[in-house]
Amino acid sequence: MAAPAPSRSTAEATLARQFAALKALAATPGRAAAFARFAASGLPTRRIEAWHYTDLRAAMTDAAPLAPAPDGAAIEAARALLAAHDKIGVARLVTVNGRFAPELGDAPPDGAAVAGREARATEARDAMASLVEAMSPDSLTVEIAAGAEIAGPIEIVHLAVGEGAFSLYSWTEIALGAGARATVVETFLGATPAVQRHAATTVRLARGGWLKHVAAIGDEAELHLESQLIDLEAEAELNAFGFVSGGALNRRQIFARLAGADAKIALGGLALIEGTRRADTTLEVVHVAPRGFSREFYRAIVADEAVGVFQGKIMVAPGAQKTDGAMKSQAVLLSPQAQMNAKPELEIFADDVICGHGATVASIDPEMIFYLQSRGIPKEEAEAMLLDAFGAEAIAKVDDDALAEGLRARLAAWLAGRNLRTEANA
Amino acid sequence: MLEVKDLHVSIHGKTILDGLSLAVKPGEVAAIMGPNGSGKSTLSYVIAGKPGYEVTSGEVLLDGENLLDLPADERARKGVFLAFQYPIEIPGVATMTFLKASLNAQRRGRGEADLTTPEFMRRVREASQRLKVDQEMLRRPLNVGFSGGEKKRIEILQMTLLNPRFAVLDETDSGLDIDALRIVSEGVNALRDPTRGFLVITHYQRLLDHIKPDVVHVMAKGRIVASGGPELALELEKNGYRDYAVEAA
Repeated sequence: MAAPAPSRSTAEATLARQFAALKALAATPGRAAAFARFAASGLPTRRIEAWHYTDLRAAMTDAAPLAPAPDGAAIEAARALLAAHDKIGVARLVTVNGRFAPELGDAPPDGAAVAGREARATEARDAMASLVEAMSPDSLTVEIAAGAEIAGPIEIVHLAVGEGAFSLYSWTEIALGAGARATVVETFLGATPAVQRHAATTVRLARGGWLKHVAAIGDEAELHLESQLIDLEAEAELNAFGFVSGGALNRRQIFARLAGADAKIALGGLALIEGTRRADTTLEVVHVAPRGFSREFYRAIVADEAVGVFQGKIMVAPGAQKTDGAMKSQAVLLSPQAQMNAKPELEIFADDVICGHGATVASIDPEMIFYLQSRGIPKEEAEAMLLDAFGAEAIAKVDDDALAEGLRARLAAWLAGRNLRTEANA
Repeated sequence: MLEVKDLHVSIHGKTILDGLSLAVKPGEVAAIMGPNGSGKSTLSYVIAGKPGYEVTSGEVLLDGENLLDLPADERARKGVFLAFQYPIEIPGVATMTFLKASLNAQRRGRGEADLTTPEFMRRVREASQRLKVDQEMLRRPLNVGFSGGEKKRIEILQMTLLNPRFAVLDETDSGLDIDALRIVSEGVNALRDPTRGFLVITHYQRLLDHIKPDVVHVMAKGRIVASGGPELALELEKNGYRDYAVEAA
C-alpha cells in the first residue's frame, strides 16, 4: 500500500531541475529510469525504516549546485591534494568531482582494465543509490580479468575540488572475473563543509573471486552519502572495511547479496565521531544461496554531542540452507550527550542456519582507567590507550598489515586531535 | 613512611573505614589480616586513589605528604603501587606496550627521559625470567585470558619494574597454587629493602610463611583492633577472627 507522496521539498525540486538540465543524461533511458525511481520515493525520511535514524529529507535543506567538469585550475588543485596524500599500493586512479581523471593517476596494473564510461544499470532499490545512478557524469570501472592476481592495492582517490558549495555524484564499478584476486582502497579526499557528496560503488565478484576493499572517509563534507552495491557469485569472497573520521552527516549503506553458494563476506568498520557530527552505517546482507558465510563487525567511538547509527540486517532466503551469519556492533560513548543507535536484525526464512547478532554501547570502563592510572599513566593517556586499542581491534579485521597500519595512524591522529581539542576547551 | 590517620571512608553513605590508623616504617613489611567485609580492600583502594570512595575525614600520608588530594596516577608516580586482588583485563593493549607506557609515565613524572627500547627489553627480560613469566605472554593483551596465577605474576612483574617506594599487596595469594605462591613471594622478598615499605593484605597465614611480616595488624569493622608480631598471625590461624569481631562491635 503506497503512502500518499508528500509534497516535494526544496531539495527535491532542485534535484529535479538539475537532472532536467543535464539534457544528454535526462534523455538516456537508463538514467531517466533511475531518476524516476528516486523521484517516486523522494529523499528518505525517518518513516522509511532503513533511514529511521537519519532523516535526510529534513537534514538536506537544499541540493547544492552541481560541480562543473573540472577546468585547468581544478586539475591543478587536484594535483596539490594528491601530492599531500601518501601513495597506497601499486596504482592510483583518480576521480575529480565524480569524473574519472586518467591524467592524474597511474596506468592500471597488469590484469586490470580501467575505463570511464556510461554506468551499467543496476536498478538499485535505494533512492539515494538511484540518484547517483541518474546524476553521475560518468563512471570509473575497474575490471580484473579472470584468474588475474593484482600484486598490491589499487587505490581510487575520489577528490572533491572547488570553491564554495557544490554537490558531486560519483559512480564506481569494481568487477572481478572468475578466480581473480585484488585489493582496492577508495579514499575520499578534499571535501570542505560546503560539499554534498553522493557516491556509489558496485562490487561484483564472479565465481571464486577474492576482493579486499577499504573505504576511508576523513574529509569534511557537509554530506557524505555512500552506497555499496555488492554481488557475490559462488565461492567468491569479499572483505570490506569502512573507516569514517569526517563529514557533518555521513551515511554509508551497504547492500550485499550472496547470490552463489559458498560465498563469504566480512564487513567491518570503525567510525570516529565527534563534535555535532553524525555517522550512520546501514547494511543489509542477503543470503540467497546455500552455505553462505557472513560476518559484520562494526565499532564506533562517539564523543561530544555526536550521533552514531548502526543498522544491520542479515536476511536468509528460503533456499539458503547452512548459512552462517554473525553480526556485532560495539560503541564507546565519551560524553553524556553522545548518542549511539544500534539496531541489528535477523530475518530468516530457512530452517538450517546459524545466525546471531549482538550490540553493545558503553562508556570507557572506569575500572580499566583506574588500573592504568594506578601504574602512573595519566588519565587522558589511559583513555587514549584504551580507545586506540578499541579502534585497533576493529581495524585488525582488514587483515592486511600495511593497510591496517595506515588506518591506525589515522586513528592515532584523530585521538591526538581530540586531546588537543579537550585541552583547548579547558 | 606511610601513615594512615583516623581514616573514615564510606561508599553510598555506608561506613567502611571507621577511624583507621596505621603506620608503616621504611623497610617494614606490615600484614593486615581480617575477616571478609572488614574493609581491607577498601583501604588498599583508598591508598591507591580509586575514585568512588568518600573520605569523610582522616589522612593518608606518604613521607609526610597527603596522598588523598592526588589522582591515582600521581600517587603512582610518587611511588605508591597496588598489586590488585583481581587484576583488570585490558583487551587490545599488549602487556609489553602497557609495561612500557607505565614505566615511561613514571620516569617522565620524575623528570627522567624515556627508557630506550633495548634497555626496557633488558629489564623486562630479567624480571620476567625471575618470575617465570613467558615472553609470549607479554605479547598478549594485558591479563586477557591469563590464569589467576599468571595475573598475579604479572602484578609482581609490574611491581619489580616500577620499583615503588611503598607497595600494597591486596590478597596476592588468592587463586595461587603452591608453586605460584612461592614464585610470587620470592618476587616480593627480592624487593624488600630498608627504604621500601609493604602492606600485605591477606586472609590466610600461608602467605606470611613466605613473606615474613615485621608487624601484623588485625582489622575488623573498618579499624585496626589488634597489632602484634608474626605470632599474631599464627594465633589467628588457630582461633579465627571471632574474638576481634565481637570486640570491635
